[in-house]
Amino acid sequence: MTLLRQILVPVLAVVVFLGLWELLVWANGWPNYKMASPSDLPPAFARYWELFLVMGWQTLWRTVVGLLLAIVVGVLLGMVMGFSRTMREALYPLLVGFNAIPKATVVPIVALIFVGKHDFNTILIAFMISFFPIAVSISIGLSTLEPEYRDILRALGASQATIFWKIALPKTLPEFFGALKVAVTLAFIGTNLMEIVSPHGRGLGALFDSGKTNSDYPLMFAVLIALAALGILLYYIVVALERVFAGWAERSPT
Amino acid sequence: MTSMIEITGVKHAYKTAAGPLPVLNGLELSVAEGGFVAVVGPSGCGKSTLTRLVAGLMKPDEGVVKLHGQPVKGPRATVGMAFQNPVLLEWRSILQNVMLPLEIVPTKTSKKQQEERARYLLSLVGLEGFEDKRPSELSGGMRQRASLCRALVHQPEVLILDEPFGALDAFTREDLWQTMHQVKAKEPFTGVLITHDLRESIFLADQVVVLSGRPARTQYVLEVPDTGPRDLDHLYTPEAAEMLAILRHQIEIAQGRAPAEESAA
Repeated sequence: MTLLRQILVPVLAVVVFLGLWELLVWANGWPNYKMASPSDLPPAFARYWELFLVMGWQTLWRTVVGLLLAIVVGVLLGMVMGFSRTMREALYPLLVGFNAIPKATVVPIVALIFVGKHDFNTILIAFMISFFPIAVSISIGLSTLEPEYRDILRALGASQATIFWKIALPKTLPEFFGALKVAVTLAFIGTNLMEIVSPHGRGLGALFDSGKTNSDYPLMFAVLIALAALGILLYYIVVALERVFAGWAERSPT
Repeated sequence: MTSMIEITGVKHAYKTAAGPLPVLNGLELSVAEGGFVAVVGPSGCGKSTLTRLVAGLMKPDEGVVKLHGQPVKGPRATVGMAFQNPVLLEWRSILQNVMLPLEIVPTKTSKKQQEERARYLLSLVGLEGFEDKRPSELSGGMRQRASLCRALVHQPEVLILDEPFGALDAFTREDLWQTMHQVKAKEPFTGVLITHDLRESIFLADQVVVLSGRPARTQYVLEVPDTGPRDLDHLYTPEAAEMLAILRHQIEIAQGRAPAEESAA
C-alpha cells in the first residue's frame, strides 16, 4: 500500500502536469515553434533517440565526475574550515565571493584557458558550481559539534583522528547529504552551461543548441525533459545513498 | 583509606579578549577511594572546570590534581564521564553506544565479554530489552541511564558526573538517584558529582563541597553521616532538613547574599 502510494502518487502528478501543459498549448492555439506540447515530444525522441543516448551519457558522466570532484574538494575544505577557526575566517569570504560570481561568466574564461579540452572544461564548471554547499555544510557540521561529544572520547585518550572517524564524520552525514542534494542539481546546471555556452558538439546542451540553430522546437523541449529525467535519476541515487549511510537521522513516524 | 582524588591549591584563569578571567582560586578537594563527593556552588563558579581538571582535559595554572597519588598529566582511561546532555551517538544502537569507550581504551577482554558487560550494565540500570533501540527511541531518563552505562563500561576508577540529572523531571530524577545507589553497590567507583540540587547532593554523596562564587575556592565541606544506599524517606528527616539548611546558607554566602561568618552551623 505504501509502496503503491510512493510510486503511484508521483507518477500521477507527472501525468497531471503533462495534461495541464498539453491543455495550455492547445487552449491558446500556440504553434509548436512558440511552445511545444507533450504530444510533440515522442516524435522528437523517436527521431533522435540515438543522439539522446549518446549525448545523455556524455552529460551524465561529466556531471557525475564533476560532482565527485566537488565532494572530495568540498569535504576537504569543509574539514579545514570546520576544525580551524583561523582557516574558517580566512576562507569564508573567498568562498562566498567565488560562489557569487555567475558561472556563465566563467565559462568563456575556462574555455579559453583550456582550449580544446572539452571534457575537462565541462567537469571543471560542474565542479566549481557544486562544491560550495558541500564545503559549507561540512564546516558547519564540524564546527557546531557539541564539546561534550569530543570530551567523552578525549577523556579516554582518543586521538583527534579517532574522534573525527567515530563521531564528527558520522554526525555530519545528514548535513552532507542535504548539501549533496543541492549540489547534484547544481552540477547539472554547470555541465549544461558549458555545453550550451561553449558548444563543442557534445552532451545534451549541444543537442539543445543544435535544436535552436535548426528551429527544431520540439527537440529543444525534448532535451529539457531528458535533462529533468537525468536530474531526477541522480537525485534519487543520492536519496538511496542517504538511506544507507544516514538513515538513522530519519525518525520513523510514530 | 587512601585518597583517590587529591586537589590542592588549584588556581586557574581562562584567557579572554578582556584579559584573564580567574575561575578557580584555591580549590581544595580530597575524595577517599570509593567515596562520593558532590560539588555545589553558584552558577558559573567553575564547577565544570573542576571536572575537566580531574578528567585531564586541561591543566591548572597552579596547584596539583592527583589521582591515586599520581599527578594528572593528561586524559587517562581510568576516568568515566557523563554530562547533562547524554551525548549518545544517534547512528548506533544503545548497546553499541555503551560499548564505545571499549573501542578506545585498550582491553584484554574479548568482544563477547565486552558485549556481556555492556548488557549487564544496561540490565543494572533497568534498560534490559532496549539494547538494540536507537537513542532517539528512548526517553530522556532512559538516555541518561544509557549514558551512565557508557561511563562505567570500562570500569573506571573515577566517575565524573556533570549535572547528569539536571534536565530531567523531578520524578525521573529521583528514580535515577536510586539507580545510582544500586549501581554503586554493584560497580564500585569514586564519584565526583556536580549539581545544583542540594537534595540530590545529600542523597547521593557522603561529602558535599560548597564552592564560593567566581573565582571559586573551597568554601565549606559538609560530611553526610549516611553512607551507602539510602531511600528517599531520608530526605524528609530532621537531620536532612538541618543539612539542607546549612548548605542553603552556604550557597547564599557564596552568592554574596548573606555575610560570611565563621561556622554557621
